[in-house]
Amino acid sequence: MSAAIDVHEMTRRFGNFTAVDAITFDVQRGEVFGFLGANGAGKTTAIKMLIGLLAPTSGRASVAGFDVATNAESVRRHIGYMSQRFSLYEDLTVRENITLYGGIYGLTDDEIRERGKALIGGLHLERAAGARVASLPLGWKQKLAFSVALLHRPAVVFLDEPTGGVDPITRRQFWEIIYDAAEGGTTILVTTHYLDEAEYCDRISIMVDGRIAAMGTPSEVKGRFGAASLDDVFTELVRPQAVAVAQHA
Amino acid sequence: MRESGGGGGRRSALHAFVIKELRHIVRDRQTLTILLLLPLAMVVLFGFALRNDINDVRIAIVDASPDAATIALRNRLSGNPRFSIVTVARTTDVVEPLFRRGAADIAVVFPVGFGESLSCGTSTRLLLIGDASDPNTASMMAAYVNAVIASYAADRGVNRQSVQIVPQFRMRYNPTLESVNLFVPGLIALVLMLVTALMTAISLSREKERGTLEILLVSPLRPWQIIVGKVMPYLLLAFANVITALVAAWLVFHVPFRGSVVLLLGSSVLFAMVGLALGVLIAALTSSQRAAMLGAIVVTMLPNTLLSGLIFPISSLPGWLRPVTYLAPARWFIVIARGIMLKGVGMSYLWKEHVVLVVMLLLLFTAAVKSFKARLA
Repeated sequence: MSAAIDVHEMTRRFGNFTAVDAITFDVQRGEVFGFLGANGAGKTTAIKMLIGLLAPTSGRASVAGFDVATNAESVRRHIGYMSQRFSLYEDLTVRENITLYGGIYGLTDDEIRERGKALIGGLHLERAAGARVASLPLGWKQKLAFSVALLHRPAVVFLDEPTGGVDPITRRQFWEIIYDAAEGGTTILVTTHYLDEAEYCDRISIMVDGRIAAMGTPSEVKGRFGAASLDDVFTELVRPQAVAVAQHA
Repeated sequence: MRESGGGGGRRSALHAFVIKELRHIVRDRQTLTILLLLPLAMVVLFGFALRNDINDVRIAIVDASPDAATIALRNRLSGNPRFSIVTVARTTDVVEPLFRRGAADIAVVFPVGFGESLSCGTSTRLLLIGDASDPNTASMMAAYVNAVIASYAADRGVNRQSVQIVPQFRMRYNPTLESVNLFVPGLIALVLMLVTALMTAISLSREKERGTLEILLVSPLRPWQIIVGKVMPYLLLAFANVITALVAAWLVFHVPFRGSVVLLLGSSVLFAMVGLALGVLIAALTSSQRAAMLGAIVVTMLPNTLLSGLIFPISSLPGWLRPVTYLAPARWFIVIARGIMLKGVGMSYLWKEHVVLVVMLLLLFTAAVKSFKARLA
């Protein structure tokens, strides 16, 4: 069986600027893949191409077995996506959001009811199911958004900085949900700025200037750079660029 | 709002989306209240007239027995830069169709033996028929024509005290000269534009600003489904507004309704769809709610009030500005609504305006879907 995400020489240029420069990687089914990099390294652009919001300038990529350039329609049916920004409707209740996304992804009424119940139960949100999402604490909102993104049981889920601004305990709980999903066979590509979170991933890649500068399991990557932590690896990789920028200025 | 349908039915994505939109609207009580009361407030508040100057008066001449005097007076009328003579006929039969088509503004009817009576010094009656579906304009046009006739009479040496030329105004379609009659169709246009273009632009750009649009674009929903789902609830709201405005106009000002209600409602839906497409396009081209709101006001409200004939008659605008008014959808809708409500005319007279609106709708909808897709390229 082919990889859940298969990317080959994928490139995106905006005019003269190359945001993503011929990156190649693959993610296996059920894997939790950490997609790291400094701000502006090209992570978001790469994800946008993988979820069909942006066409690659050259190279190819397939997600859940479908080519992102020629078969974006099928890709969209088989992926879940949670963006950096909160993606649920605050003026709708928890249950209404679930009904909406279930409907958009073509679930039957029965499926929506059953999965919705399981989802609300899993998050211990029974008491808040009829409350507007705006009234929930941020951590709950994020967990809810992630669970809703999994509602249609996508093959691959893209999480763009899902834990931004969330307290450490909620982050732990969040990662437990990620692991649960991965154990169920869902492939997960996650971006984060918390390098301790990167340690939880099966494999990671670190993007610098539109290229993948390092890739492997967290311990492989640390070993290759002779570093004690991913923090050190990250600083090591990103620093030359920072110095260059400083000289330029 | 309870979802219908039973047990295992697979709900369509569009259906789910429309329900969500309806919920947004119903949840926002304040905005909803304002939108529902708006037509009522506007119809009541705008019960006054505005004065304007007229530059191009189109005259139909009815001259049953042409003689030197009628030809001299006709020449005087046609020589005046404010006037143009659209037809010279023998009988008054031609006047009615011209007015219905909107091809003439005023008719001058000479009595038989006009010149003879004038030279004999006996009294004669000259009939002026004005199209008073626009009362301010009509009475002003009549006054201009009257002035020319009076000056002709004076030049002929007719004694001003014993007036021998007696113009009579017979106002058509709006015999009581109620300017509110004229205003109501315009107000319907204004309210429809406000609810459709402005509200869709705001609602769609809010999704953009909050990042939920991105989620929708990543979902299996197609761009046209997002657009249709977005505008459908506002179409319902617009429909409610038209009915409120009509009922208010009828109850408060006894505005007549001479034509087909069904046709007017149909035309309103068409016009509302143009506004909705415009709103979607504005939201697609702007990047924040604030910009979308300003954009919607500048692009829709201003031209559709100032250049549509709602406040200033198009005939009083400077020549270079008049072609610009063709771009304002409300200009066409106001002609339709006034025609149906005040003149009781039907599709056979108003098909041109409808064609223009349909073309506008197709262009705007295509542009809106395209600008959505452009974000994916």
